Amino acid sequence: MIEKPVITAAEAAAKVKAGDVVQLGGFLGCGSPDSIVEALVAAGAKDLTLVCNDTGIYNEAKGVSNGPAPLVKAKAFKTMIVSHIGTNPETQRQMNAGESDVRLVPQGTLAERIRAAGNGLGGVLTPTGVGTEVEEGKRKLTLNGKDYLLEEALPGDVAFVKAKKADKAGNLVYAKTARNFNPIMATACAVVIAEVEELVEIGAIDPDQVHTPSIFVDYIVKAE
Amino acid sequence: MIEYVENKEIIARRIARFFASGDVVNLGIGLPTMVGNFVPEGVTVVLQSENGMMGLGPAPEKGKEDKDLTNAGGMPVTVLDGGCFFDSAVSFGIIRGGHVDFTVLGVLEVDQEGNLANYKIPGKMVPGMGGAMDLVAGSKKVIAATTHLEKSGSSKLKRRCVLPLTAAHEVDIVVTDVGYFTVKDGKFRLEEYFAPYTPEWIVEHTGADIVVAPGCKEFR
Repeated sequence: MIEKPVITAAEAAAKVKAGDVVQLGGFLGCGSPDSIVEALVAAGAKDLTLVCNDTGIYNEAKGVSNGPAPLVKAKAFKTMIVSHIGTNPETQRQMNAGESDVRLVPQGTLAERIRAAGNGLGGVLTPTGVGTEVEEGKRKLTLNGKDYLLEEALPGDVAFVKAKKADKAGNLVYAKTARNFNPIMATACAVVIAEVEELVEIGAIDPDQVHTPSIFVDYIVKAE
Repeated sequence: MIEYVENKEIIARRIARFFASGDVVNLGIGLPTMVGNFVPEGVTVVLQSENGMMGLGPAPEKGKEDKDLTNAGGMPVTVLDGGCFFDSAVSFGIIRGGHVDFTVLGVLEVDQEGNLANYKIPGKMVPGMGGAMDLVAGSKKVIAATTHLEKSGSSKLKRRCVLPLTAAHEVDIVVTDVGYFTVKDGKFRLEEYFAPYTPEWIVEHTGADIVVAPGCKEFR
């Protein structure tokens, strides 16, 4: 097995350039690659498009800022494609002020669009959103008497995912609900960087227990 | 003269009685989460959480929180024996694929056509739909849980929703703190009422068309 390069969070952040579509794993901060997020803030990342379940939890009074929230606060995103912003008033402020373009996507549709991108599909047909604002501007198809929306695949330039454990080949194992969007994003981007808590030798992970096969992973970052 | 007093517990208590052992249930944030506390003894439901688990357990003791184990609201939870974890695509495959028996959601407005609005008040509150649109479109039965009246006195049950819809024609059951309704043929059908309210009071205090079911009875 070929070993994947192990890089620092700062080196991972440097793989991103202005205008990139960045897919960030995590669900309200659970399973978020926090060291890389911190490094992106430090690097002054700008003009990115975020793809993530949400924009994290941000509560200034309680000193909480998780998931992509530190990047939102640093105004790193010109566009955010997410399912939920209710726990981040800063995202709502930027949206209302016209400072950033927030595109809300149903969570299951977001997952399936990412999965489609990683699986060589142009898009998916889903009943979710039929008869709502979500169907505006989309093609609607009727198959066997049921209405579906055509939702296009959503690929990215760089995926930052978070795993519990990796071997040096890049096979990943996630923990509990920290899995969420991480495995699908790892399939959908040109460059995939995995932040991991534990890095083990090749052979130390039972092949039957691998969640993300090493083929999807380009770089490994040890969580700091 | 009956005075309306908000009572979320009766809503949670009644909804919990719909479940049979083995049912897979997804509970939304807020009032729907309370339903989990009232599942009758002897009934074992399996809670699905859309962030990627089945077998959702209660909140952990203080100090035993696991940063890698949260519910769809980002709060620490536990997992019951036999539970399992999966990614978001599998989670919504379970949901859209019709493998969830009941989804219980909160309400901004629900109408007699089975339309639900619960994710957006344009210009005021735009938190995003999260998983709600998929849950409502994909679950076998959709239960809308809501207090009956707004603070202003107008009913949450409408002839037609004005707010942006979460889904069209998907709500099967509406449980408020005055009674439980099914949605049938473009009307709410009152199936049970909760004392001290009477069917007459409910019809009078609902801004929608209600049919009192022939077998309508008081819930005890």
